[in-house]
Amino acid sequence: MNRSITVIEIDGQAVPFDEGQTIMDAAMAAGIYIPHLCHKPGLTPHGSCKLCTVDVDGRSVSSCTMPAVNGMKVSNNTPALMEVRKSITQMLFVEGNHLCPSCEKTGDCTLQAVAYHLGMLDGHYPQFYPKRAVDASHPEILLDRDRCILCALCVRAGREVDGKEIFAITGRGIDATLSIHSESGLLGDSDLSVDDLAAHICPVGAILIKDEGYEVPIGRRTFDLHCIAEPGLEPVILRKGDHTDA
Amino acid sequence: MGVESSNDVQGADHLLHRLYEIQLKYGYISKEVMLCLSKELQLPITQVEGVVDFYSFFYRTPRGRYHLLFSHCTSCGDLSLMQRCCEVVGISAGETRSDGLVSIDSTSCIGMCDQGPALLINQLPIVNLDDARIDQLVLLMEQQTPICDWPSDWFTVQEKVCRAGLLLHDTLEVGAGLRAALRQGREALLQSITDSGLRGRGGAGFSAGMKWRFCREAVGEAHYVICNADEGEPGTFKDRMLLREHADTLFEGMTIGGYVIGAEKGFLYLRGEYRYLLSHLQQCLVMRRQQGLLGSSILGEAFNFDIEIVVGAGAYICGEESALIESLEQKRGVPRVRPPFPVTSGYLGQPTIVNNVETLVAATHIALHGGAWFAAHGTASSKGSKILSISGDCARPGVYEYDFGLTIAQMLEDCGATDTQAVQIGGPSGRLIAAKSFDRTIAFDDLATGGSMMIYGGQRNMLNVVQNFAHFFAHESCGFCTPCRVGTQLMKNGVDKIATGHGTAYDMDELKRLSSMVKRRSHCGLGQTAPNPILNAMESFPEAFIGVLTHHEYEPYFDLDRSLNEARRLTGRDDAEAHLS
Repeated sequence: MNRSITVIEIDGQAVPFDEGQTIMDAAMAAGIYIPHLCHKPGLTPHGSCKLCTVDVDGRSVSSCTMPAVNGMKVSNNTPALMEVRKSITQMLFVEGNHLCPSCEKTGDCTLQAVAYHLGMLDGHYPQFYPKRAVDASHPEILLDRDRCILCALCVRAGREVDGKEIFAITGRGIDATLSIHSESGLLGDSDLSVDDLAAHICPVGAILIKDEGYEVPIGRRTFDLHCIAEPGLEPVILRKGDHTDA
Repeated sequence: MGVESSNDVQGADHLLHRLYEIQLKYGYISKEVMLCLSKELQLPITQVEGVVDFYSFFYRTPRGRYHLLFSHCTSCGDLSLMQRCCEVVGISAGETRSDGLVSIDSTSCIGMCDQGPALLINQLPIVNLDDARIDQLVLLMEQQTPICDWPSDWFTVQEKVCRAGLLLHDTLEVGAGLRAALRQGREALLQSITDSGLRGRGGAGFSAGMKWRFCREAVGEAHYVICNADEGEPGTFKDRMLLREHADTLFEGMTIGGYVIGAEKGFLYLRGEYRYLLSHLQQCLVMRRQQGLLGSSILGEAFNFDIEIVVGAGAYICGEESALIESLEQKRGVPRVRPPFPVTSGYLGQPTIVNNVETLVAATHIALHGGAWFAAHGTASSKGSKILSISGDCARPGVYEYDFGLTIAQMLEDCGATDTQAVQIGGPSGRLIAAKSFDRTIAFDDLATGGSMMIYGGQRNMLNVVQNFAHFFAHESCGFCTPCRVGTQLMKNGVDKIATGHGTAYDMDELKRLSSMVKRRSHCGLGQTAPNPILNAMESFPEAFIGVLTHHEYEPYFDLDRSLNEARRLTGRDDAEAHLS
C-alpha cells in the first residue's frame, strides 16, 4: 500500500512520524533532544515533570504525551523554552533536598545533567528544606526521599515491566510523596528485588543500589563523559556508568 | 498486572464512602483500618493511603468528637471567629484538644457565601455565625450536647432566589421533560439541544449538543453520564440551590442525557461540603424509581437508566472533569492527560459525558420547551440564561438568574452593592474586574463565568484578597505537575512576603514572572488559573502591592525571628524575650 509520509516540524526541521507516535517519540527517533525527566521510552508517558514542554502553534503542550499530528509546527530549542525549563528544574531542586556534592548519584544523575544542559547556576527560588523519610530497610536497595522528584518512573517500571505493585505516589500538592506497597510501608517488606527495573530506573539518587557506591569514580561517570543532549544516550543512562566509553 | 483497581463499585462499598464511615466512627483512619480495608476491597494499600492523604476530610490522627471546620473564603469565611473559638476552647487551629472533645481547623470555601460566616461541624453547615453564636456553640460542646439537640435554625440553609429568569421562574412538573424527550426521540432531541446553543455552565463553555453527539458516536462497552456537583469554586453556591430546590429537574436532565448518548448509568458527584443534601437527593431518586422515571423500561420504553450518588471528601481539584472521574474510580483526584477526552475515554475508559448541574437543568427545560425557546434569550455567542451566585459586599447576596449579556454594573445595582472597588468574576480561578470595567458583560465572548460573583467594597484590602486566593490554590494543588505543585507554593510565599511588609520591587517582578510561567505551563486548569488573581490585581490594583513594599533593593526570604517559631512552639514560649524584634 502506498502510505503518505506524515511529518511534523521541530524548530523548522522536518521530522517524520508514524501514526500513534508522540512529539517526543518522533523527536527521539530523529535524534532531536527534548529535555525530559519523567519520560522513558517503553513506559506509559506520564506528562508530569513538564520539562519536555514545547510550544505547538503557540500552545504549550507536553511533548511526551501529545500525539504528533501531520503538519504540526513545534518550537523546542528556543531561548524562551530553555528559560522555562530552567525554572522548572530549579523548582525541582528547591522543593527537595538535593546536595549534589554529597550524593552518590552525582555524575550519573539526570536532574543534575539537565540542570547543566540548561545552564542552571543556582536554585534561584528559596529552598523549601522539606523533612522527608529515608528508608534503608531493604537489604540491597536504599530509598532516600530527599532526592525524589515524583517522576513516577519507578511506579510505572514496577507495574508495567516488573509486573509488581511496589511504588505509588500518595498525598496531595506539595505533600505528595513516594509510598511503598507493603503492610509496614517499608521497602524491605515490599516485593522489590534488585533485579527489577523499578530498582534501577530512578533518574536521581532517590533509589540507589547498596554495595556499589562509587564503583565508577567521579570524573568517569555518564555525564562526566557525555552531554545529556547526545542522541541515543538512554540505554547508557540506565546502565549507570557501566559503559564502554574509552 | 498489579495496577490500581478501577472496578465499577456500587454505592456503599465505594472507597470514599467507606472511609467517610470510618472517619465518622473513629474520628480518624488508622493504618490498621486501612490495611483491613485494602484487603476487603482488594485495593493496593498505597491506593487506600493515597486517597486518605489526598482528601482534606480524612485524617490519620484523631479529630475531636466535635470537629469544626471554619470556611476560609472571602465571602463565607471569617477566621477571627475561628480564632475566638480556639481561644475559648484552649487549642490552636489544626489541633485536637487533649480530652478528644473538640478539634478546630479552617477549610476551603464551603459554599455558604450568601449566609456566611459559616462552618462545618461534623460535616453539617452552621451559617450566619457571629461572636455570640460561637460562645453558645462552645457551651453546647462543653456540655456535650448532641448536635441533633442544638438549635435547628443554626443549620437551616436558606435558598434565596433573588431574581428568577428563564429556568428558575417555574418549577417543572416531575417527569414532564423526560416525557417530552422520549416523545421526540434521540436524534430530534439532540438536534434541539444543539439548536438551543446551550454551552457548559461550569465556565469552559463547550457546546452541550456537540459533547453529547461526540459521546453518542464514540464506541464503547458502556456509556456514562456524570453530573459534576463538585461546586468547589469559592463564591459559588447556585448548584447548592439547584440541588435543593430543583433536584428532579436535574435528575431528569441526567436521564435525558443518558437517553441521548445510550447510557444506562449515571453518577452525581456531590462535593463533601454538601453532604447535608444527600438524604434529600437520595429520597428524590427513590421517588423517581417508584414513578418509573428511573430504572428499567423507563415510562414503558425500551430504556434503562439509573443514578448513583458519590460524595467527595474535600478536594477542589475534583471539579476538573478528569480528576472527578479518577475520584469516581476510587483514586486520588489527579487530572488525566488529554487527549483522550472523557467523551471517548471517561469513566472506566468508556465514553462519558460530564456536565455541570446547571447545564443538565437547562437540558430538561429545553427538552420541554424546545431549542428555539432557549436560543431566543441571551446574546449571539451565549444563548439562554446564566445563574449567578452573588456574595460579598452587597445588601442582597443570593442567587440571581439573568439572560446572558447583562453588565456588571446592572448586576451590582440589583444586588445593592455600592462603593464597589472590584468584582471577582468566576471565583479565584476567574478574573478580577475593577470599577472602570463594570460596563463589561457576562457572556462567553466577554466575561465567561461559572457564576461566582464575589464583590469587594472600597474598604477591602485587595492584597489580602489575593493572599487568601494564593493560599487556596497552594492548598488545593493536586501535586501532579511541577509548575503547579511548586509554583503555587512559591506564589503563596511571594504574596505573603509582600503582604507582611517584607517585599521589594524585585519580589514583585519575580512574582509576576513566576505567575506567568505557572499560568502557561501547568498541566490542568487549576495551575493555569491559579496565578490569575495575582496577575489581575497587579494590573488593576498595583498600589495595593507597591504601597507596602520596603524600599531596600533586596530583602531575603530568610527571617531570623520567624525561623525561631519552631523553638518557641517546642518550649511553649511566646513572650517578648523569646522574640528577636
